[in-house]
Parts: sequence; C-alpha cells; structure tokens
Amino acid sequence: MKEAQIELTHVKKYFEITKGIIKQKKTYVKAVDDVTMTINKGEIVGLVGESGSGKTTLARVILNLTKPTGGTVIFDHVDLSKATKQEKKEFHTKVSVVFQDPASNLNPRETVQSSIMRPLVIHGVPKAEAREKAKETLDMVKMDQRYLNSYPHQLSGGQLQRIAIARALAMNPKIMILDEPTSALDVSVQAQILNLLLDLQEKFNLTYLVITHDLNVIRYISDKIAVMYLGRLVEFGPTEEVTQNPKHPYTQGLMAAAPILDPHLRGRKEYIMKGEPGSLVNLPEGCHFHPRCPFATDRCKTTAPGGYLLSDEHKVACHLCEQEAVGIDREVFPDSTK
Amino acid sequence: MNEELLRIDNLSVDYKVRDGFLSAVKNASFEIRKKEIFAIVGESGCGKSTIAHSILRLLPEHNEIIKGQIMFKGKDLNQATEKELEAVRGKQIGMIFQNPLDSLNPVYTTGKQVEEGILIDKIPREEAWNRVIEMYKDVKMPDAERRAKSYPHELSGGMRQRVMIAMMLARDPNLLIADEPTTALDVTIEAQILRLIKQLRDEYGTAVMLITHNFGLVAEIADYVAVMYAGMIVETGTVYDIFDHPMHPYSSLLMKALPRMTKKEGRLTTIDGSVPRLTSDKPGCRFANRCPFAKERCFNEDPDIRKISETHNVRCFLEKGVDVR
Repeated sequence: MKEAQIELTHVKKYFEITKGIIKQKKTYVKAVDDVTMTINKGEIVGLVGESGSGKTTLARVILNLTKPTGGTVIFDHVDLSKATKQEKKEFHTKVSVVFQDPASNLNPRETVQSSIMRPLVIHGVPKAEAREKAKETLDMVKMDQRYLNSYPHQLSGGQLQRIAIARALAMNPKIMILDEPTSALDVSVQAQILNLLLDLQEKFNLTYLVITHDLNVIRYISDKIAVMYLGRLVEFGPTEEVTQNPKHPYTQGLMAAAPILDPHLRGRKEYIMKGEPGSLVNLPEGCHFHPRCPFATDRCKTTAPGGYLLSDEHKVACHLCEQEAVGIDREVFPDSTK
Repeated sequence: MNEELLRIDNLSVDYKVRDGFLSAVKNASFEIRKKEIFAIVGESGCGKSTIAHSILRLLPEHNEIIKGQIMFKGKDLNQATEKELEAVRGKQIGMIFQNPLDSLNPVYTTGKQVEEGILIDKIPREEAWNRVIEMYKDVKMPDAERRAKSYPHELSGGMRQRVMIAMMLARDPNLLIADEPTTALDVTIEAQILRLIKQLRDEYGTAVMLITHNFGLVAEIADYVAVMYAGMIVETGTVYDIFDHPMHPYSSLLMKALPRMTKKEGRLTTIDGSVPRLTSDKPGCRFANRCPFAKERCFNEDPDIRKISETHNVRCFLEKGVDVR
C-alpha cells in the first residue's frame, strides 16, 4: 500500500473582488475550486493546464503560502490548518520549492554559498555546519565547488537552476514543488536538469509535484498526471493512461494540441480544441468546460460532473465517463446515490 | 513550385561590443522557395533572430556590420537604400513577433491598426475597412466585426497574435517572417495558430520563415529546416533529413535530448559544456569544445558546408556524420 504524502480534500481558494463604489458587489475569482487529490510518497506528479487554470495557486496552497478558503491539506498526517507553530515550522523544512525563473529568485547580491546557507541558518543550523552542507548540496547537483563564491550574474540559466535546486535540497525535504522548472531553459540544458531531478528523486526517494505546460516534459518525467481546467481537477491518473488514452474531452484536446516531436506523425491530429479558456470570474454553470466541449449535453450545462473512477488510480470529472466508471470517488461526492 | 524567393549568401553579422566584435552570425547561407515553410531552429543566443532582423534591416543602427548578400526576388536587400527597403517591409516581407502586445498600439482599436497598413496602398477607406473585416474572418477571429473595434487589451493573447497575422496578410506579402510566434501562448492556442499559418500558406501561397527554439513546432509544420549553433548554420535539410538522419553532432545530440519518451525507457542525452565566447575570431568549428567526436582538425580549421544529398547540407568534417542513436 502506498503511503500518502499529501492529501488534498475539497481544497478551495477564492479571491474576492469588489465592484462598484457605492453599491458594492462582491464577486469571487475561483482560482482553485474543490480539488481533491492524493500525492503518494516517492511519486512524481505532473500538474498541467493552460495559463490561469489555477496550477500555481494550488501549489501556493500546498506550500502554505496562502490560506485555502475551504478544504483541508493534510501533510504527513498533519492537518495544516490545525497545525501548531512548531509543526508548521517543521513542515517548512520538509517542503521546498523551485520556481520558473532562476535568475529572479536568487538574491543578486548574495553569493551562491550564502544563498544555499540561508534556509539552513533560518532553521537554526550552526554556520559551520551550514557551510559544509552547502558544499555537499552543490555536489549533489553536480556543480563544481569553485562556484560557491560566485554571484548569480556570473552563472548561466542552467547553472542558476542547479543552484535553486541545491538550495531547495539543503533542508533535506521530503517533497519538492517544481513550478515550471525547465521553461526558461534551452533543450540541451533542459535535458540536463530533467536528468538531475530524476537522479535526485531516485537517490533520496523524494516526492515531486511538477507544474508545467510542456506536455512532452510531463510525459517524460512523471508517474501520474493531474489536469486542471479553470480551477478544477478534470483528470488524474497514471501517465501512460492519461497520455495514451485520455478520457476527459479537455485532456484529449490538450494531448492533441501538444506538438509531436516527429514529423512523420504530423497532421494526425483531427481534434483541435476550439475557443479559449474562459475567465475565472464568470464561470459557466455545470461543467466549466462545456462551452468548449464538442460532446456537451444539457446535463453538462447544469450539473458539475463528479469524480468517476475508471480504475483505482484514474479519476475523471466528466459525465461521458459515467458508463465506463467502476465507481465514484466518494470523497468527492459523499451525497451521491450511486 | 521550386522557384527561389529569398537567397542568403555568406551572411555575417558582427555586433560592436566593448572589447571588439561579437560575431553573431557567421557565413550563413540558405534559400527559401515560394510557398515553403522554412524553420530556423536553435537555442537562445544562436543568432536566429539576428538573421531574421537583418533581412529587413531592423537591427540597431551603427552597431553592427552586415556582410554578404540577401537576395530577395533578384534584389540585394543589403545594398538597397532605405527608401527601397521601405517598399519591401510589410508589402513584400511581413513580420510577426513573439509578443503581439509589444507590436500593437494600446490607444487605437486593432481594426484601425490593420487598416493603416492597407491605406498605405492607396485603397479607399471604405474598401479598406471591408478588407479588414475580411482579413479578421480569414484568420478565424471569432465575432470579426466586433473584434475589429476592440482595443488590444480587450483581446486574449491568441486573438492578438491573430490580429498581427491579419495585419501582415492584409498586404499580401510574399514572405512572412514569424519570430517565435507562439512562445507566449498556451499549447491549445499554439495549435490553433500553427494550423492557421499552415492554412494561410496553402491559400495565399505565402512563404513562411519560422524562427523558433521549439522542435515541436518544427516537426509540426516546417518543410525545410536550418539548425543553428553559436552563429553558424550547422545543418540544413528537409524536416525528415533533420529528424531522421541528423548528420551534425550537435543536431544529432539535440534530437536525443528531446523528451520524446518516458523515464522508464531511459535517460535523455545531454550535451556537456557551454557555448564559447563569440568575440574572438578563433578559427575552428564552434561546436568543437562540446563535441564528443572532435578531432584536432576541428579546433584549427573552419569546416565548410558540405552537400550530402540534393536537400541535405552539413557543416562538419566527419565524412559519414554521426549517428548517436
């Protein structure tokens, strides 16, 4: 039995916007709308979706950088909303994050060494020990010790990303959240970073949540793929099933849109999704995807689909899959009669 | 079909920098035929945009030295006067850029901006507006008439790029230069724009020069490909030549670095080392310091571009090429 590292139940994050000066009207941007998923220990989960689908907001909720509007985040059996100060502090040593643009998340006036040491010092590791640890982590990301005294502007994009990964590793985290880790990098450097991430994952049995819009990268690196559309999780399952046999019409459109890296396979895509993702402010009733969905029925326009289980690990939120489903995710729909 | 539209001969571009010259493009040669989609692909800083910009002389003035010939329809654009170039820009060669918001004026409606280009050709205003609407429909803009009266900030990224394409096509150029046209867009929108570019090529017969770092786009729509590395075109050929039988070690290794498989099937190939400084005019292949097959000769002599087949050219000393697969 796989052990859960992070359990998200009904996680919601709404941002309030007020319109009008005299007659104030409150509306909500539902950046994350009822997401329920479990990330197991040692798994690499890829989170994909178009821009504005709530991927990064979900990551921020998991990182406890922003408080969810509703729902619970359970990390290692500890409910973060009820955690004590001590537990929270401990949590922050176990979760680390690597952002997209490595140049902007390293302090330009600090050397590589002090950047890596900073989280250690904050968490009370003695300086001498932290210095040793910085050297050690630099080794882990396969960079030479001579870079310890370099400043960010002296390094290339790939090297900066290695430093960012080294800093994330310094606290011996259990889970790493990688927000677009290779988007800013060239193909040859991207390959180096992906290989490095996989090596580290194997070595330390880390759990990754990789956020990216590059479907080729996701297919290469992840064990499971979660697809988000306008704040909701529409499909979640093992990589092979989701990429080769996507069930949700949105996933199908997304997979068809991904450029295939083989000219012999060009022109095979019949189905190119029409339209553009709507706005998170005026969300449609029912299934969020129905205005773009070629298979939408009347039911889709009124009722939001639940999580249908196609297998133990493959979950889809689409009415069309009801017939095939072997069950429904009770956690998602406790009141359902099926 | 095989008519030549643009031929670049031994194009070199040097930028003046503090300690001498930076050779951004060195001895580039290729040709684009009518109705062809020609992709220049390479990593950042390899000089692909420099080539595109030098064709229309859009590079910052007084800062660069352009050598070589840029033959467009039998005329050398590098020797042309500013006035002659004025007649080529937009009318015969159109260009779209990565971020359409940078190219659109925020205080005019998008339709007005498209119309402006048409009016240059001395077409009456009313007819011009009809043409704008027609172009909006051609680029599959939903709700064309209303969108023509929208300001840039009211449109999404995909729609803005459609406006740019409409603006270019309105003057019916022979060649469209697209510099990273979809990099700022989501994959689903990217697929729509790619399909549009392809359709327009088929309908209007516009040749397209596609500048990109994304091999996915190349595989998807290009007919011919030039692979660039550190200012040099290292290999040219049909898209099948490049993807099936890459001959230059750089293109070969890059093909192996693309994430085309899952991690269960193995690890990606990486290319060690980094791009050399382009300021020194040292002879030798610029890839030599990273090339696993480099011999002494590669460090001392400049390799010439060599013809392998009717369509396939490579700049490498290795006789048989390399097949790292």
